[in-house]
Amino acid sequence: MCDTCGCSSEGGAVLRKPGMADYHVHIGDEDHQHHHDHDHDHGHSHSHDHDHHHHGESRKVEVEQDVLSKNNLLAERNRGWFEARRILAINFLSSPGSGKTTILEKTVPMLLEHCPVTVIEGDQQTTNDADRIHALGVPVIQVNTGTGCHLDALMVQRAVRELDPPERSLLCIENVGNLVCPAMFDLGEAARVVVISVTEGEDKPLKYPTMFHHADLCLLNKTDLLPYVDFDVAKCREYAMQVNHNLEWIEVSARTGEGLDRWKAWLISRLSGL
Amino acid sequence: MHEMSIALSVIDAVTEKARQEGCSVVSGIELVVGRLAGVEVESLRFCFSAATRNTPAEGAELIIEEREGRGRCEECGATFPVESYHVKCPSCGLFRVRIESGEELSVRSITIE
Repeated sequence: MCDTCGCSSEGGAVLRKPGMADYHVHIGDEDHQHHHDHDHDHGHSHSHDHDHHHHGESRKVEVEQDVLSKNNLLAERNRGWFEARRILAINFLSSPGSGKTTILEKTVPMLLEHCPVTVIEGDQQTTNDADRIHALGVPVIQVNTGTGCHLDALMVQRAVRELDPPERSLLCIENVGNLVCPAMFDLGEAARVVVISVTEGEDKPLKYPTMFHHADLCLLNKTDLLPYVDFDVAKCREYAMQVNHNLEWIEVSARTGEGLDRWKAWLISRLSGL
Repeated sequence: MHEMSIALSVIDAVTEKARQEGCSVVSGIELVVGRLAGVEVESLRFCFSAATRNTPAEGAELIIEEREGRGRCEECGATFPVESYHVKCPSCGLFRVRIESGEELSVRSITIE
């Protein structure tokens, strides 16, 4: 049961906004939405008629359909929408704790000089990350996936509808911290940025090859901590290039600002190319 | 990791297709699962029997073709089988391989009555 509005929606993702405790939108297959003062009956029934059984009349029908087509089709629709409005949508992926939100806290003011910025935050619970972005004065929406481990195209579509990003803007989508599942779900983004930090193992790219293979850029974060950890930067980069020889690579410290000018230049070049 | 939700997606797709064809029973499902698709085939089979319960696909025979990956070296042009994204060209030894197949996850056909 949803403990904000008491409805019987189970397990689905919910949109939330910082500083607006009453605001929440349930995202589900039925695509229903309600506010806490409305009452809806969400029951529905299935019936399967198995009375007719035609023996010997079976036939094979070609289907040739991608299993993830539902998500992928919606992702392409998102992509088309972003492209038409010249919105650069970036999907940020990493383990929990690599520094995605801190990087965004630095990225937002840097890019605001150039264009409007909006943010979608993804976490199982809390609006903590959205609250941090909200403090920077840009529109942000939090997707709470509940039990879910990744954002998908439907969640992004619903969040974007609420966020309504302007044309010629940057949309940062911070995915749920997870190096496995988010790699499988196209959101409609223009580029995927995978973040790893020097406090993780340098063999991360070999352990999570799918994620690194499908990324466009790798940001190596927390470089200010290199004197205190046994992290071989060259080895990590080499491993990453072995699973994706087209991967771009930028080393940064979100805390000290080192390398952020190169990161900004990468974003601006992508924005100009829209 | 998402084998159950994949099984459910497959069942949604096949029951819809069966409905479009005017049939109410799905007795067979052919899937193609590439080695690089990130799906554990045994897990998927296991989830299937639970997922098909009380659907038109209950009891359907599940045939899974596991397709191997193939890569092409962008440096020397050699093509060869691949099992992962971490792959060195067996001819020139470089890690500049483009994956040409092996990421499929699709329903090839259904048998309906």
